[in-house]
Amino acid sequence: MVVGAGQAGQQICESLRRGGYAGGLVMIGDEPVLPYQRPPLSKKFLTGALEAERLWLRPASYYEKQNVELRLHVRVERIDRATRTLHLAGGETLNYAGLALTTGTRVRPLAVPGAEQAEIHYIRSLADGQRLAARLPQVQRIAVIGGGFIGLEVAAIARELGKEVVLIEAFDRLMARAVAPQVSAFYAELHRSHGVELLLSTGVRAIRSMGETHTVVCDTGTEYTVDLLVVGIGVLPNSEVAEQAGLDCRNGIVVDSCARTSDPLIVAAGDCTWHMNGFLQRELRLESVQNAVDQAKSAAASLLGQPSEYCQVPWFWSDQYDVKLQIAGIGMPHDEAVARGDASTKAFSVFYFRAGELVGVDSLNRPAEHMAARKLLAQHTALSPAQAGDTTFDLMALARA
Amino acid sequence: MPKVTYRQPDGAERTIDVPIGWSLMEAAIQNNIEGIIAECGGGCACATCHVYVADTSQLGPIADMEGDMLECTAAERQPNSRLSCQLKMSAQMDGLVVLIPARQT
Repeated sequence: MVVGAGQAGQQICESLRRGGYAGGLVMIGDEPVLPYQRPPLSKKFLTGALEAERLWLRPASYYEKQNVELRLHVRVERIDRATRTLHLAGGETLNYAGLALTTGTRVRPLAVPGAEQAEIHYIRSLADGQRLAARLPQVQRIAVIGGGFIGLEVAAIARELGKEVVLIEAFDRLMARAVAPQVSAFYAELHRSHGVELLLSTGVRAIRSMGETHTVVCDTGTEYTVDLLVVGIGVLPNSEVAEQAGLDCRNGIVVDSCARTSDPLIVAAGDCTWHMNGFLQRELRLESVQNAVDQAKSAAASLLGQPSEYCQVPWFWSDQYDVKLQIAGIGMPHDEAVARGDASTKAFSVFYFRAGELVGVDSLNRPAEHMAARKLLAQHTALSPAQAGDTTFDLMALARA
Repeated sequence: MPKVTYRQPDGAERTIDVPIGWSLMEAAIQNNIEGIIAECGGGCACATCHVYVADTSQLGPIADMEGDMLECTAAERQPNSRLSCQLKMSAQMDGLVVLIPARQT
């Protein structure tokens, strides 16, 4: 039984079949659609140029061929570990011999007066993306609350569609959790140069709605009246069902480096896990396609009785305007950041070092450096800050050496 | 609808209809063609949808981003290497044959 029909759940099913598991396999999801790619929802999908059926991770025929039974549009309400039973909404029960939890995350709601009454667009599900894509052509002035990946990607698309955009971020820089100040500064300038009104160090005190118009009241006293409100202020792990079943949970479902929970019959993978990361050698929660896919492979291996440690280099990407940001490793925290290339050309990388060791690289329109960085990190190849900053030093050759 | 043939490393072939505007990666995924992983879903961010194209004269030029990512494919880059997520189907690509490499990661 796989609970959660997203990228991690789909990968577990695929890896189980590839690994030779021929028994019954059921994937249960609370959304009414096949497992799909989420990243385009805050990017190209919003322009309306992408039909939903192009987002399926696999077509319906795949699940038939692989004999994976899809139970969509139904929630798992309770896990009874003593009797190995899943209780579904509506009263149905299913027994399991092995269980994978790939329950993902949900958006963090904006918690200010008036937010509950306002029509706020969040982006997590395909339905969210469809709702926002349908609404965008009807509006002219948009407020985006949250200067992380999601908010910034939406702001970029909205500007490309010719909308007026004000972006409000509580922290003093953009994407503060993920990148160094110099990269944040580059993106602040990028968005401003594209006409986004960018407010940093600005909290939202309240939302006032009147019909289809919303007024965002900032803690600086300024008010912005808009006809569309998009909020991207992070996500929360869906770990309640696991918690109620008595599994260890701590900012997510706790798993070891082989994706095993505190119950030997249950694994978990993807955004919902607080996991021991073999590559980083510490526990954390990661929200990314890479984490969903690679951790799911470990989870499937554990279910197959052939545990294999999850120790892949984390990577992420974000598309904003004509700049592709690719992140390898986890650069935060670091004690030294070295730029390679010139930010004014919109193509450069920043290499992060901690105690002299390379820990992460942000590459902007530098895909070859990103790929080299993933190799260097995976191999723990020694690289000095001076080499990283020297554009004549051949990183790819070092990575291949 | 224009057609594309995908040839596996073992020589097995499948020819499928590809809607104009779809990428050859998308068409492969939605038709259960093995060997095209496309981990990033078509963002030109992962180089796991690498293909060798039999007749590259049917294609447009390689953009800088695609060219850089092609330097990082798991199977060796050859003059006819392309990323299938960047190949958008057009009428003049009808009949195209692509060979899937033995590995993508």
